[in-house]
Amino acid sequence: MRLEARQLAYGYPGRRIGSDVSLTLDAGEVLCLLGPNGSGKTTLFRTLLGLLPAQDGAVLLDGRDLRQLERNETARLVSYVPQAHGAFFPYTVREVVLMGRTAHLGLFAAPSARDHGAALDAIRRMGIAHLVDATYTRISGGERQLALIARALAQEARMVVMDEPTANLDFGNQVRVLERIRALAADGIGVLLSTHDPDHAFLCADRVAMLNNGGLQACGAPEDVMTAPQLQQLYGVEVAVIEVGLGQGTRRVCLPLAAQGGTGVEAS
Amino acid sequence: MKQRQPLMLLLAAAALCIIVAVAFTVGRYPVPLADLLKIIWSLAGGAPHGLDPTLETVVLQIRGPRVIAAVLVGAALAAAGAAYQNLFRNPLVSPDILGVSAGAAVGAILGIFLSLGVVAIQSMAFAGGLAAVAMVYLVARAVRGHDPLLVLVLAGVVLGALLGACVALMKYLADPYNQLPAITYWLLGSLASTGSRDMWVAAPLLLLGLVPLWLLRWRINVLSLDDEEARSLGVSAGRIRLVVIVAATLMTSAAVAVSGVIGWIGLVIPHFARLLTGPDFSRLLPVSVLLGAGFLVAVDTLARTVANIEVPLGVLTAFVGTPLFLWQLATARRGWQ
Repeated sequence: MRLEARQLAYGYPGRRIGSDVSLTLDAGEVLCLLGPNGSGKTTLFRTLLGLLPAQDGAVLLDGRDLRQLERNETARLVSYVPQAHGAFFPYTVREVVLMGRTAHLGLFAAPSARDHGAALDAIRRMGIAHLVDATYTRISGGERQLALIARALAQEARMVVMDEPTANLDFGNQVRVLERIRALAADGIGVLLSTHDPDHAFLCADRVAMLNNGGLQACGAPEDVMTAPQLQQLYGVEVAVIEVGLGQGTRRVCLPLAAQGGTGVEAS
Repeated sequence: MKQRQPLMLLLAAAALCIIVAVAFTVGRYPVPLADLLKIIWSLAGGAPHGLDPTLETVVLQIRGPRVIAAVLVGAALAAAGAAYQNLFRNPLVSPDILGVSAGAAVGAILGIFLSLGVVAIQSMAFAGGLAAVAMVYLVARAVRGHDPLLVLVLAGVVLGALLGACVALMKYLADPYNQLPAITYWLLGSLASTGSRDMWVAAPLLLLGLVPLWLLRWRINVLSLDDEEARSLGVSAGRIRLVVIVAATLMTSAAVAVSGVIGWIGLVIPHFARLLTGPDFSRLLPVSVLLGAGFLVAVDTLARTVANIEVPLGVLTAFVGTPLFLWQLATARRGWQ
């Protein structure tokens, strides 16, 4: 299973936001998209999900053009985790996750016992079984994010696109969500996520794509792409990428230098 | 929580049955419950009731059509309101949001203004409601590059205001001795003149609207999310929305054509139902339908019994309903849960 953007141009009617973006996402892999505010990450996601028509180029799912797929066919192949938000009506977590089953239901059908089972299973996998009958509008932002990921799991798509899944979460919840994302990839799901924290790319990504000025600035393994010059070009601030020893191995972290006057640290 | 749902449906159905039975028995010509049952039994093919034929006329010709009309109109307004609140993701939306009542009012008042017959006035009300919503939908479709839902609501509000101005103009020009009272009476809503013939036309239209709402119940749930989210979950949001609008407009137009403008029910009954069942549309719709029907039958029974003259329904629904709703809101333990 592969999600592929081929020389994709995307944007809104009358306004192009990005062009010539080529990307692939394979099942079982985590691809992290980095880019400054306004670089068009969300617009790119919407185009990859078929919510916006591609202006040029194509989005392919296993070689099939997204434009030739019905809405529910697409939804069975790619699911979407939006940023955790409020809901308009007080659905329970169970009902929110059940909505992920919609693409598998006939037009006139309501969820069956099998769908309820799949939803419960997804809720358990995200570790929020205790919230099953809680009201979605009354749980915390982190719990909502987990519920939305559970909904995407219930959708049983092999590809999941997550728009800033760690936004608005506290430190612990950020790490928890990233761990769940790694676990999903281990289960053979392809995850494409965006984040504003480059360290998250080090924590969970197999590959990193950098989106800047309406095009791809770089794409590759984190160690190759996430260098100080690349990050400086991407965000316009001085950054150091440091390798720290941790137990047996090493880990890399990004440090902004501006706040400290930009001196004294040797970037590796 | 799961076991509570069928119970709630059963309670609402039982309440409706009791209210309907009471509605048949009380009035200027009281009908004892035992006699009512005998008449129904004989109607169902049982033994002849052997009662005063006047009694049968009261039950079958006078109260029957009126009670059935109240059941259908109340159910239709509540169902359309529940569907629209989900569709527009806003609990403050009523079936009038896209101008159906305003359009129906213009149609009916034009009919009164031109001194047409009852059937023509009803047909014009029905057509006016459909035409107004069709116009709103087409205007919204023509405007691109905005949130489709917002444009739809804006177009509805603006066109509704225009139609309101037309109503005001015709009231101003109408003959103050014959037409103006008729117009005012129509705008306040009444089931007093409903005959069985009205029901043969209105009932199929109301049911025709209800069926797609029930069939699409799960899709309508998903539509209460963000448009993009609904689409990413596999729902063709635009198409489903069009079906819901057509269904709700059909029901509301037919209801308004029969009864005149009755506000309040479509706005508040779905809230009532949501407080009882939660927001899941597959439970919300049946309970809304039962509550809306029961409420309008009760109010209509009051309208013809509390005073020597008919009290306008549009007035009474709000007078009776508002305290009830406030009481329910105050006592519901966890608000919207």
